Amino acid sequence: MANGRTPPPRTYTNIVKAENLCVSFGKVQALSDIDLAIGRNEIVGLIGDNGAGKSTLIKALTGVVRPSSGRLFIRDEPVDLGRYSVRKAHALRFETVYQEKSLGEKQPLWRNFFAGRQIVNRFGFINVREQQRIANEILQSHLGFRGIGIDANSTVANLSGGERQGIAIGRAMHFDADLIILDEPTTALAIKEVRKVLDFVRWIKESGRAAIYIEHNLAHVHALADRLVVLDRGRIVANIRPTDMDLDALTHFLIALHEPTAGVAA
Amino acid sequence: MSGARAKEAPAAAARSPALLLTGRRLEGLPIIVVFFVLIGIFTACAPRVFLRWPIYDSFLVTIPPLLILSLGLTLVVAAGEIDLSFPAVIQFSGFLFAFCSLQLGQPWLGLAAALAGGALVGLVNGVLVAVVGVPSIIITIGTSFFWSGVATVLCGGLSYALTDLQATPIANIFAGTLFGIPAEAFWALGAAVVGWFILNRHRFGEHLLFIGDSQTVAQVLGINVVRERIKLFTLMGVVAGFASFLLTIQNLNYFATQGQGMLLSALAGVFIGGSSVFGGSATMVGSVFGALIIGMLDAGIVATGVAGFWVEVIVGLVFIVAVVLHIGIENPARLKQLRRRLAFRE
Repeated sequence: MANGRTPPPRTYTNIVKAENLCVSFGKVQALSDIDLAIGRNEIVGLIGDNGAGKSTLIKALTGVVRPSSGRLFIRDEPVDLGRYSVRKAHALRFETVYQEKSLGEKQPLWRNFFAGRQIVNRFGFINVREQQRIANEILQSHLGFRGIGIDANSTVANLSGGERQGIAIGRAMHFDADLIILDEPTTALAIKEVRKVLDFVRWIKESGRAAIYIEHNLAHVHALADRLVVLDRGRIVANIRPTDMDLDALTHFLIALHEPTAGVAA
Repeated sequence: MSGARAKEAPAAAARSPALLLTGRRLEGLPIIVVFFVLIGIFTACAPRVFLRWPIYDSFLVTIPPLLILSLGLTLVVAAGEIDLSFPAVIQFSGFLFAFCSLQLGQPWLGLAAALAGGALVGLVNGVLVAVVGVPSIIITIGTSFFWSGVATVLCGGLSYALTDLQATPIANIFAGTLFGIPAEAFWALGAAVVGWFILNRHRFGEHLLFIGDSQTVAQVLGINVVRERIKLFTLMGVVAGFASFLLTIQNLNYFATQGQGMLLSALAGVFIGGSSVFGGSATMVGSVFGALIIGMLDAGIVATGVAGFWVEVIVGLVFIVAVVLHIGIENPARLKQLRRRLAFRE
């Protein structure tokens, strides 16, 4: 599906693994002692309240935010945190699908597909024609945007929420990611568009890739994830297999988390 | 309906890239039209001036330093920043050039010093903005005072006559004539072409556009926001240093207050040209014509016989109308909202 290219064999156990990972902003400890491993072909649902640290965690894993301590392994190899960056994460085939925060509003799609990793010559000049060609190809063959008036020169500002999500998904597919991180991909989408996103998550699983899936809608994430990781106030408080806990029990568990007496024992 | 649309799609895909380029609307078209309308008005009002070459010759001498500043500022504005310290660079770099030429007898070293001085000012701006996090509109007021003060202290408030440089190679190359056209015009044209390619075709320009669009997005996309902004301000310093050198060598004189009238004019050129006041979108072609308009209005208005006192009134009007129109083009929703509000009042 992605480019028709055959990905190199995935021989590692974990695509990414964090050990005792901590992130602090000044005096605020945003993440404490995170131990998390994502298997080669595992869909991990990340759930937790606003401010629990979900976004910070994926930012740390993708090089946007630098952890203050801890260790990170990618494809079972240790990573030098001091040199880890988004560029590095891209090179390691990590892709992030955000709804709001990953597209330049006023920029044409051919720029948005490639920003940060343009097709350039030796002097840093962009091969516009090639980028436009590939962008149109992604739009027409992967995303089915054929004939709805959107092409490589359209600007993001003119697209609907679902179309934007499609662009971010198309980008992840084009760059043939091994780990795809979806940050609340269905927020504010129409039902039909939500279904497309869920199909995409299923495609990730079927094509042998891994995903971290942040989602407010518990029904979606419960149905699709192999494992649910619950974050609360910067710590991982539970690892749940959806087969072990049905949706109702999960909902009650999450509510109980914030009742002082219940604690983490559940 | 959808069937008809689907039929169009393969045709669109088959369009050659060349057609795609010409199919898009010409960059800076509105302001180019305004420019020629103004020339038309001036010619109608003062044919004896505007149908002869000398006025254009003098424009091609006086406008280039301003135009080059506008080009540099276009990149700054694209990134959603502003630089108010370039008039101070014009004082500071101009002094460095004059000093090296007059006291050391080394005008080429002076050119290098002017560019390096500009780079230093820009680097300090860039670090204060990108690393320390002070908004550029605030910090460049401060650095502007500082470097302008440094220049005044260094030159002791004196001006330097550089008439010895007349007809030397450096003066001929940068302020001579080629085929009867002032050399400055070629330098400005060259700078415009380079500027266009940096903004529209180079990785650096694209990074600036995304930073101007949203710094959060730029960061998520793996753009090194801190480094690119430091580079941006340093480049702006170098550009201002070059403009200063050009101004000094064409006047063959350095005076302590040079460049002070250029702050608003150079910025006006950028915004009249159609670069977004919110960042994220900018046009080099627009800035070229914006600077040409600003540089032309003064002499043009006087030549048409309107009293010189009116010049600033008219510049102000052109500026306001242009910026409002550009916001309307950029964001039609805003105009619609305004119209609705007006209709509601009635």
